[in-house]
Amino acid sequence: MEEILALAKKVAQEAEVYMVTSEETPVQFESNRLKGTQYKQSQTVALRIIKNGKTGYATSTSLENARQLVKDAVATAEFGTKAEFQFPSAQNYPEVAIFDSAVKKVTLERMTQLGQELIARVTEYSPEILCEASVAKAKYELKIINSRGGQANFQQSVFGIGIEGQLIRGTDMLFVGDHDNSCHPILKTDELVRTTLRQLELAKRMAKVSSKPMPVIFAPDGVISSLVLPLISAFNGKTVLEGASPIGDKLGETVFDKTLTISDDPTVPYRTGSRPCDDEAMPCQRTPLIQNGVVSNFLYDLQTAAKAKKKSSGNGHRQGGLPTPSPHAFVVSPGKTGFDEMVKGIDEGLIVEQLLGAGQGNTLGGDFSGNILLGFKIEKGEIVGRIKDTMISGNVYQLLKNITAIGNDSKWAGGFLLTPSICCSNVSVASR
Amino acid sequence: MTTPILKCKLKLLMPDLQVIGQELAQLLKKQNADYIEAHLEEGQFSSISYRGKQLESISKTSSVGGNVRVLVKGGWGFVSFNDLNHLQDKVALAVKQASFVGKEVSQLAESEPIVETVKAKIKENPLLIPLSEKKQLLEEYNDSIWSTPGIQTSNLGYGDSHKKTVFLNSRGSFITQERTDVTMRAVAVAAKDGEVQQAGLSEGSRDDFSPMRKLHKAIKELSQRAVDMLTVPTVAGGQYTVVLDPILAGVFVHEAFGHLSESDFVYENDRMQEIMILGKVFGGPHLNIIDSASRPGLRGSFKYDDEGTPSTKTYLIREGKLAGRLHSLETAAKMKEQPTGNARAINYRHPPIVRMTNTYIEPGSSTFNDMIADIKEGVYARNWYGGQTSMEMFTFSSGETYMIRNGKLAEMVRPVMLSGNVFNTLMNIDAIGNDLDMNQGGGCGKGGQSPLPVSNGSPHIRIHQCLVGGK
Repeated sequence: MEEILALAKKVAQEAEVYMVTSEETPVQFESNRLKGTQYKQSQTVALRIIKNGKTGYATSTSLENARQLVKDAVATAEFGTKAEFQFPSAQNYPEVAIFDSAVKKVTLERMTQLGQELIARVTEYSPEILCEASVAKAKYELKIINSRGGQANFQQSVFGIGIEGQLIRGTDMLFVGDHDNSCHPILKTDELVRTTLRQLELAKRMAKVSSKPMPVIFAPDGVISSLVLPLISAFNGKTVLEGASPIGDKLGETVFDKTLTISDDPTVPYRTGSRPCDDEAMPCQRTPLIQNGVVSNFLYDLQTAAKAKKKSSGNGHRQGGLPTPSPHAFVVSPGKTGFDEMVKGIDEGLIVEQLLGAGQGNTLGGDFSGNILLGFKIEKGEIVGRIKDTMISGNVYQLLKNITAIGNDSKWAGGFLLTPSICCSNVSVASR
Repeated sequence: MTTPILKCKLKLLMPDLQVIGQELAQLLKKQNADYIEAHLEEGQFSSISYRGKQLESISKTSSVGGNVRVLVKGGWGFVSFNDLNHLQDKVALAVKQASFVGKEVSQLAESEPIVETVKAKIKENPLLIPLSEKKQLLEEYNDSIWSTPGIQTSNLGYGDSHKKTVFLNSRGSFITQERTDVTMRAVAVAAKDGEVQQAGLSEGSRDDFSPMRKLHKAIKELSQRAVDMLTVPTVAGGQYTVVLDPILAGVFVHEAFGHLSESDFVYENDRMQEIMILGKVFGGPHLNIIDSASRPGLRGSFKYDDEGTPSTKTYLIREGKLAGRLHSLETAAKMKEQPTGNARAINYRHPPIVRMTNTYIEPGSSTFNDMIADIKEGVYARNWYGGQTSMEMFTFSSGETYMIRNGKLAEMVRPVMLSGNVFNTLMNIDAIGNDLDMNQGGGCGKGGQSPLPVSNGSPHIRIHQCLVGGK
């Protein structure tokens, strides 16, 4: 890395070398049995330079070809965008615990046992179900050095476990399951089994839905598959700068229901979205986005912040290219209502656990729409059965303005979102 | 004078995949396994993007990597790497993994050993076009979007990739293939009074840059559409007779049926085998659905798949009845059917899995006017944003939508999401057009592998009782 930086400094005014290496070991189960194991090693080196005020960028999978990397970066810098930022000099980074050496020590045998246990417990309850499961461990390592003396690095351990069961009756297909991940090993299957069996239990009966607006409880996984995508683009400093965010000019204004509080928080210990620095060596921090319904901050990387005359919020992410603002982990503050209480309060409504089709359509404008992959009907305060062939659609800005209740049942949905269930009124429902 | 010297040095630095492949071929012979294959891949990529009026990024990427996949007693081991040293350790690790898993009997279809180098037939090579020219073209497109009154911002992305892959296996195959892919997406965003609307296109091409030069008209139209969409109404949710244009119908056939015909969902699943029994009626006798990688020049085309199986043309539905399905070597053996050459991986970091290639509905005889003539109130949905499926249920969304009233095209409405159930929606296709067109702009995601280059297509089709999301 130092060699690349030295070479780049000869031809450009500023330079930054970024390297991420990973080792992943997944164990996979298909059709209720062990199918295969993998070991994946990968490495990416990225060079960003500022030459004559313009940004150049090149990446490679190898450290050995430094000259080619520098040459590619120089070639792109000729046409590159004007660099309005400076690379950070040496910074103080927060202490964020994201590495547990115990992850690496979990053996293939133990991982296999966990997967088998998970499948055994689910098939014991429902002998006809066919399950896919995966148990994976991984280690990620990031290093950044730049020509202004900035340097950052961290190691992260990740352990993930998940199950998806498919139950077919006639031509009806039911999909159930749950997944969890952490920087610690997850050696217990209880929580995943409990969620999966509850879904199976509730889905035993079918319920009918008519096409009309009604209250909908978005369970944590339903929140991520319905409501979150529009918010990710709306709080992106770049969307705001372009004037394309519906809330871009509403900083300090109450746009959402006053019970709603959301932050971007990469500092929660041992969570997979957590980290001490972003992908351009800026320190990470917890950034409040919505406080009691008030829009409080947007997310920035170095370049966008410089253009908007703001400070980077430590949200520079690389998704294969140059850094761009992106959240680390959304945390929705829990409310006071228990899930059962929420259900009791509904005369006729739905629970959405999984929505098919998120992210299609006008997410920028806040619209979402989808077919309910896993959801249930509520009648007179009771869950009466599973629903299918049913679509919901709406606009997150309208729905989150009038929240009926926020649950106290916070749960990580994937590694990205910590949220309780959220109940919204008047969601459009179409059914056949 | 300095350039040739530099080139010479670079050549020495790039690993020669053929030489490494030969070394691997020797290693594969000595292992205690039922089957071993290896992939080596080198790639060059470039990308340019615009966001708003300004260039957002321009970058070049190079990548070299490989993998080894091993089958022992029905269990698979897989090791992928960027570091091409110590190959024997990687082979040994994959064998060890597979032996750890394998407790049954391996079932894998026979395949002929093939030794061949397949050269890409490149028409206009994107790698030979200077970055400045590509940037110039994007700038023209971006200017075109911005010249439309009411545009708030724009988003353009261009990417090209050239990949050379070496495939070898323990049966003696050694296949070198190359491919060039070009993609372009454009999004125009219009905003007014707190309302935001967007319209986009996604275009792709195989081994040819030139289609990327022909998007001026389409981009102009989509910019105006984004602005127009601000003031048009939202359709009321419910069931409608829906006419789909070839692009959206292509997305529909991919989501609604294509994924269900991938045998890895079926081969170890007795219930699914009962549902997907050959000869079962899925649609009317006018319905024919095909997947064919052997149709040349499309994004999903190739000569050999990632298990070294020659590509085929497979009828998935013939005259309304289930006629075939997509196979890898393993799914074919377990279902006692012939391999179809549909095992594909997006790159060396993943093992090949059963995937579609170029999937389409065969043309029929209806014209567009025939189709809408007897519709009292219906929806004409064009273009696409995306689609998703869970096999039984699927969703897909339009980029451009109009109402059909009393047999005529009527007012524009906001884009819609359509949804269906494979067991009745295909049956509800009651008219198939004569105007087959392939959509090259798609990328498919499955099992964490995305986007895989595929194409899909169809003529115009009409579906009655299709569920439309809305107000």
